[in-house]
Amino acid sequence: MSERYSRQEIFAPIGAEGQEKIRNKHVLIVGAGALGTGSAEALVRAGIGKLTIVDRDYVEWSNLQRQQLYIEKDAQNRIPKAVAAKERLLQVNSEVDIQAHIMDVSVGEIEELVKGVHLIIDATDNFDIRLLLNDASQKYTIPWIYGSCVGSYGISYTIIPGKTPCLNCLLESVPLGGLTCDTAGIISPTVQMVVAYQVTEALKILVEDFDSLLRKLQSFDLWKNQQTAIDVQSLKKDSCPSCGTVRTYPYLDFSNQTKTAILCGRESVQIRPSVQAERNLDELASMLAHQGKVDQNPFLLSFTIDEKRMVIFKDGRVFVHGTKDVSEAKTLYHRYLG
Amino acid sequence: MELLINNDKIKIPDEIGNVSVLLEHFQLDKHIVIVEVNGVILDKTNHRDTRLSDGDKIEIVHFVGGG
Repeated sequence: MSERYSRQEIFAPIGAEGQEKIRNKHVLIVGAGALGTGSAEALVRAGIGKLTIVDRDYVEWSNLQRQQLYIEKDAQNRIPKAVAAKERLLQVNSEVDIQAHIMDVSVGEIEELVKGVHLIIDATDNFDIRLLLNDASQKYTIPWIYGSCVGSYGISYTIIPGKTPCLNCLLESVPLGGLTCDTAGIISPTVQMVVAYQVTEALKILVEDFDSLLRKLQSFDLWKNQQTAIDVQSLKKDSCPSCGTVRTYPYLDFSNQTKTAILCGRESVQIRPSVQAERNLDELASMLAHQGKVDQNPFLLSFTIDEKRMVIFKDGRVFVHGTKDVSEAKTLYHRYLG
Repeated sequence: MELLINNDKIKIPDEIGNVSVLLEHFQLDKHIVIVEVNGVILDKTNHRDTRLSDGDKIEIVHFVGGG
């Protein structure tokens, strides 16, 4: 028995055999915000063999209240979350193979990311990407664990292809609007509770103890002292285009993907160019220096003009801060970046 | 009438006659929800037709997007 994982091996449902299984598994975490940092730290401490973590964003001061892998200097320097997360995770456990990508996950990316992965953990903040994960999970027969939270309310569900209903069966359509961290806030225990459900389910899957899975749609409200779970097995639909008998995987079709997204928790819009091309940040910096205030690090460039701020990533994506209006954001984008 | 909603006894006005109005009452009508009444999950199209009676056991889970 290894000293490092001894307490986990003493836990009978895992044991030394389970620990060895965990060591041989590869988990993909999509999103390195509150849920993603929580799950990543837990799995890395638990001795996962390989962890891939992806995120499109960078660390800001408002993240530090609940996103447990980040520290003040990450916010000061606007370090991409994938980079800051990897640095901290390797300090926690240098034995884990950690792959971190600064990336906005869409159709092309997800098909690459899921290769060789045993489990996907959802730590995203919108349903466009969750339905994309859901279709990829079904197409490649990889389980995934949905998790989400707002305020003091959280929800989670484990989707096993071929066994349980999928997210598309449960939702039937893409939810529009609703509460976000922007409008309702979030307290860290809510995050930790969802992470606890997701990571426990993950450990069961990793040690292949499928009989112990929760198999219910679990929700709770920590402030209102409520907890409920619904057995949703009867909602599995043979007619579902994602997991039914005739599958089209609609969310893996690029035309169904949004190219702009309003970011959860901030007055910001992300714009993703339809053609991917790397930006030369140095050139851009000298070009924009005459128009407004420019700050730069190796990964991104921040450009402030009047009340608005744009952050341009090397991969071409742009965040427009100071607006939730997609068309206004696009106007600014085209005004300064062509 | 008194309903058992997510394991809490909750008194609601009698004019809330069906599940659809109950969801409006809790401001959940704009959310995607899964509702179980007395152990049976409702089809989303049946919320308005599902009458409520005193003592019904109801579970409501709504989807949120944050993370």
